[in-house]
Amino acid sequence: MPNYRMHLLVCGGTGCHATKSNVLVNELKRVLVEKGLENEIQVVETGCFGFCEKGPIVKVYPDNIFYIEVQPTDALEIIEEHIIKGRKLERLLFVEPSLNQKLEEQLDMPFYKKQLRVALKNCGFIDPEDIDEYIATEGYHALGKVLTSMTPDAVIEEIKISGLRGRGGGGFPTGLKWEFTKKSSADQKYIVCNADEGDPGAFMDRSILEGDPHIVLEAMAIAGFAVGASKGYIYIRAEYPLAIQRLSIAIEQARDYGLLGNDIMGTGFDFDVEVDLGAGAFVCGEETALIKSIEGNRGEPLTKPPFPAQSGIWEKPTCVNNVETFANIPPIINKGGLWFKQIGTEKSSGTKVFALAGKINNVGLVEVPMGTTMSDIVFDIGGGIRHDKQFKAVQTGGPSGGCIPYSQIDIPVDYDSLVSIGSMMGSGGLIVLDEDDCMVNIAKFYMEFIIDESCGKCTPCRVGTKRLHEILTKITEGKATEDCINHLVELSNTIKDTSLCGLGQTAPNPVLSTIKYFLDEYKAHVIDKHCPASVCEALLSYTVVSENCIGCTACLRSCPANCIKGAPKEIHEIIQSDCIKCGACFDICRFEAIIKK
Amino acid sequence: MYNKELSQANFDALENYIGSLPEKKGALIPVLHKAQNLFGYLPKEVQLFICEKLDVPSSKIYGVVSFYSFFTMKPRGQYVINVCMGTACFVRKAEDVIKEFEKQLKISVGETSKDGLYTLEALRCVGACGLAPVVMVNDKIYGHVEKKDIEKILAEQSN
Repeated sequence: MPNYRMHLLVCGGTGCHATKSNVLVNELKRVLVEKGLENEIQVVETGCFGFCEKGPIVKVYPDNIFYIEVQPTDALEIIEEHIIKGRKLERLLFVEPSLNQKLEEQLDMPFYKKQLRVALKNCGFIDPEDIDEYIATEGYHALGKVLTSMTPDAVIEEIKISGLRGRGGGGFPTGLKWEFTKKSSADQKYIVCNADEGDPGAFMDRSILEGDPHIVLEAMAIAGFAVGASKGYIYIRAEYPLAIQRLSIAIEQARDYGLLGNDIMGTGFDFDVEVDLGAGAFVCGEETALIKSIEGNRGEPLTKPPFPAQSGIWEKPTCVNNVETFANIPPIINKGGLWFKQIGTEKSSGTKVFALAGKINNVGLVEVPMGTTMSDIVFDIGGGIRHDKQFKAVQTGGPSGGCIPYSQIDIPVDYDSLVSIGSMMGSGGLIVLDEDDCMVNIAKFYMEFIIDESCGKCTPCRVGTKRLHEILTKITEGKATEDCINHLVELSNTIKDTSLCGLGQTAPNPVLSTIKYFLDEYKAHVIDKHCPASVCEALLSYTVVSENCIGCTACLRSCPANCIKGAPKEIHEIIQSDCIKCGACFDICRFEAIIKK
Repeated sequence: MYNKELSQANFDALENYIGSLPEKKGALIPVLHKAQNLFGYLPKEVQLFICEKLDVPSSKIYGVVSFYSFFTMKPRGQYVINVCMGTACFVRKAEDVIKEFEKQLKISVGETSKDGLYTLEALRCVGACGLAPVVMVNDKIYGHVEKKDIEKILAEQSN
């Protein structure tokens, strides 16, 4: 194996792939061959660096120089300047907006400074398609330790000491779940990795699977040993082709190395993993629905108890954990439960991975210790709001979660604090909203999602969410009466109390939390028939700005309702009573002479 | 109309796949994935074929096919345009992108253009939120899509 003096780490996550990072990799390799450097310098396509906003990312290792927005055409210059002449490429360095200064090293960037990477430790560092690179970073060490020197009970005890809780959103203690599964006696048990990451705006699990698939396989084998299971399933969304491909490569390699299959490491322990593709149903993220889907049925949830730990796949005890939960297992085994316990807060130990998205400067993947405040995440790591707009809220927990307004921005992010203000941790999607987002419209958006995704088995969720959506639509169309808001609250509470599964029980959360923190906005729609964020079309009016109008007649000609008066070179006027608010005039005007508000 | 026709070769390939499965129990969803890959969609004929080969009631197969949004009983166009309507894309104006596609292709979401070239669909989050709003055409991802880019995206396909 050649001894490389330098490595060029190129992000190969879905985000950077879409911006041609794979072309860049080929180009870098081509130039290296051209310059005769292919045995000195290695190009490594890694998993996600997290800084998706500025992709594709290239990191020069061991110099730790971090280049952003690198195009295939930059390959030659990087190699000629940085690699051969040792000069940094100033123009590709990240400029920190708050300091207006170029930063060379990753750890100098505020985006990375407050992060602590446990679950993501290998993402952006190793080649996910090469098992040797994983092994070189202590990979499969924890599995070896468990198989050769620990009892199943000792493994479960270590996980219990760590205080690890389920990262899929529920926050149930992982050690307990394993213990329950171990205690159920059966001739066959199953381990399931839940990679059905259905929350819109969440891409944590995808990034882990794309960047470090072996860590999940290793953890599943450890779980299998602890609970007495010999078979594992990874249930993954079919929408994640790259993650599926990398997982399949990883499974093959692990089998070749004797790290999956029969008699692992010669210890007599058997464990193998199968990848099962989802087929586009959000409800399958719920563990009983997921089990139904693996069995080849409609993904409809069941009542609990019995819990999957007692009766899961084919009525055998089944332990379902989320991808990120698994990614924490090998570090816990290697470094000890106590090490993990001292990270984070007392009741929520460890770190949490979040997908930052929406109206924020640094969209990307971040991992912080539990208890980090929301304002640190949004303003320090996330770099604040795009285009200097006003922050309005952060939406956490996807369609099951809620909104956190500015007044609560200093809240520590952990399971219990978020629930106490009516939101939830969820799987880790954080969508930042600004002054241009209408909260009623956001609630309506989530309700549309739930209507699509409700499995239809129980009435409160199937019918109730439809009614919520109808009321919200009336509000955004200005047809609502004042008692609508009370109806929303009452119906929401009924759905919460009477739905069968977690999806239905949490479905009204986006409605309740927006009413709780943004009642003024609801009232403005209902009473004043006005949308403060100028989003709800029916409540807007279009008017001509006389200073900007040059009388070109473009709007007049595009108006399907013939409600614009004017002649060439005269200031136009919109007759409000006839306007159907289609927005055609607004779209066609090139002089910013039409405003909507 | 473009579709991978219901040819005997495809039925044979599906039968071979089913025959190669170590375990038929619980295999329905992988079999449906395979069938949709071969035929492009899952019409009645294909569902009944699977019903016979797997010995599963046709009512159950229809139930599963209609439950999961990934499965379709209608043939799709050669280019399936999926506009991401996840939250991140929604707040960055993915709706405008959908409307523009509808306008240019003269079809609504869920429909296929008359020439069988394009199918327009909305999808919930491909997890590339950093690039919002995102459009996927078959397997190719386009990021930061604005109204003005749509003509270019469509032209790129027909070349």
